[in-house]
Amino acid sequence: MTDVKSYLREWAMPHVLCPGCAHGVVLRSFLVAVDQLQLDQDKVAMVAGIGCSSRLVGYADFCTLHGTHGRAPAFATGLKLARPELSVVVVTGDGDGLAIGANHLIHAARRNIDITVILLNNSIYGMTGGQVAPTTPEGAFASTAPSGNTEGSFDACNLLIGAGASFVARVMAATPIEMTKVMAEGVSHPGFSFIEVISDCPEYFGRYNKTGGGADMLTSLTLRDEGVAVPLSSKRFVNHVPNSAPPPGMPTGVLRREIKPVFVGIRKVTNDES
Amino acid sequence: MNKPELIQGNQACAMAAVAAGCRFFGGYPITPSTGIAEQMVRMLPDAGGVFVQMEDEIASLAAVIGASLAGSKAMTATSGPGFSLMQEHIGYAVMAEVPCVIVNVMRGGPSTGRPTAPSQGDVMQARWGTHGDHPAIVLAPSSVGEVYQLTVRAFNLAERLRTPVIVLYDEIIGHTRESVVLPDSVEIIDRQHPDIDPELFRPKAAEGGVPPMPAFGDGYRFHVTGLTHDERGFPTEDAGLTGELMARLNGKVDDHDQEIIEVEEFMLDDAEIAIFAYGIVGRSAREAVQQARDLGIKAGLIRPLTLWPFPDRQVAAVAEQVDTIIVAEMNLGQMIREVERASGGRTEIVGHLRADGEPITPSQLLAELTNHKKAVQ
Repeated sequence: MTDVKSYLREWAMPHVLCPGCAHGVVLRSFLVAVDQLQLDQDKVAMVAGIGCSSRLVGYADFCTLHGTHGRAPAFATGLKLARPELSVVVVTGDGDGLAIGANHLIHAARRNIDITVILLNNSIYGMTGGQVAPTTPEGAFASTAPSGNTEGSFDACNLLIGAGASFVARVMAATPIEMTKVMAEGVSHPGFSFIEVISDCPEYFGRYNKTGGGADMLTSLTLRDEGVAVPLSSKRFVNHVPNSAPPPGMPTGVLRREIKPVFVGIRKVTNDES
Repeated sequence: MNKPELIQGNQACAMAAVAAGCRFFGGYPITPSTGIAEQMVRMLPDAGGVFVQMEDEIASLAAVIGASLAGSKAMTATSGPGFSLMQEHIGYAVMAEVPCVIVNVMRGGPSTGRPTAPSQGDVMQARWGTHGDHPAIVLAPSSVGEVYQLTVRAFNLAERLRTPVIVLYDEIIGHTRESVVLPDSVEIIDRQHPDIDPELFRPKAAEGGVPPMPAFGDGYRFHVTGLTHDERGFPTEDAGLTGELMARLNGKVDDHDQEIIEVEEFMLDDAEIAIFAYGIVGRSAREAVQQARDLGIKAGLIRPLTLWPFPDRQVAAVAEQVDTIIVAEMNLGQMIREVERASGGRTEIVGHLRADGEPITPSQLLAELTNHKKAVQ
């Protein structure tokens, strides 16, 4: 088992995450990927927005930028354009990346700038106390959806494929080895890479929707039906809502991989670079 | 000595930025500032820099901050509604202490207002637009030549004090072409780089008030956040540390205010009536003062090139001397409140205000001087 302590700021612990939250597993999987890729620790930059997932970067011993709500892809764009030798990785959540920051995310994808975005999707706003998110399935309960969510939800991977992302993948937080493999592929991909991690929020989503604790929620993430994994949490409450449609399949793994020109900004390209 | 060149205000801004060392521009099209972006995209590649047009103004300033953290001097430019959108990241740049320059070419407001009309309606927003207690440095040129000088100065102040600096002018200056003799070279100040062992580096430890700043990728691994933080740059909820950080952030500007403040004083020595004006109005005021002098009226002009920090001391001295200060501005009365505060009741303050998209002319201000002088006599 890879020792990731050298990539952690132990002095910054204890962390802010709740018991049963899988976000820490996601960070560990990423650090293992960094170790496997043998990236220069001084040349890795992690950029985050606001929310539980975004707090992860504070514990990672790289150059870390904890920015503003939803804007991480825009900060990362400036960082990468000004210093192309950095490996720039954005960590965001479903509220951060798909509500307030969706515009920045799709434009970073459209440009095909060479950064990686890891979006931790727990289907709810955790840090502010369990409000409905653009990923909350129809019918699910949240503090701002006390009678069940009546809005449609985003499929993050489909959204990013539509925006032109050249690498799109989905993994479950319950499968850390696969997470590491996909993250290593995403970071190595030349161009914009997007990885959606289906994580959990037992503290809010779990309590509001009676999906059990962290272990129950994570176990449910590994259930598969003909190669399609469907989080049990979404099945459960959808079944509770009369006349609601079943959740769309959530295929995992690398869903798109394409090599196309990488955006480097408007600059003079020298012969060595071209 | 260079030959005179016919240059537009927005063009001068871009030329000055590149001369000052700016190597990154992120922006979004908006009238009347767009000319700056169009000039930057032509100049930056040859200067070894990078240009990017972002998806909005929020992203523009975020990209600028990212580039600055990567070690580049960086700038964005906008107008009216775009300046409103940038307020979030002006606050972030203050808190995270990221040097950057924001140019706001003012147009008529509120909202989309009058995109092609001049205004000085953003002077208070430039000071207080972002939430929370924060310092502000805002420079207000009144000519194309001054746009050049003050844009260079904005970079130098931003780099020296690790804080965002705003250059504020209006549509007239942005679009006017004037004959300017550009300097052969300009003074350039760079941010201070740490020389400490990276293992011992504390990113927000500041002996002289301004912490040294490495770039991402330089070998110093550190955390940057908009949350209230300690010397390690890590979030804290400690009241003592919060108070210290707030005092230091604001002190960087407050403690250097007399170095930052620049004021032009014209014919003030024996003046009995003065005009307080800035930006484009300062030029009408100067002409009006000259004409009033020809009529035997002892008029003078105080024109701040630095709007924020406000030149309290300089205004107080004028208030002590003259019978009346006429505050002329293209808004419904914003800086006049500061003049009243700084004057402390020592003189009569009169506003000459308009916010109809038209400039204030010399003849209007001459009439104001003549009327008030008569009233006093």
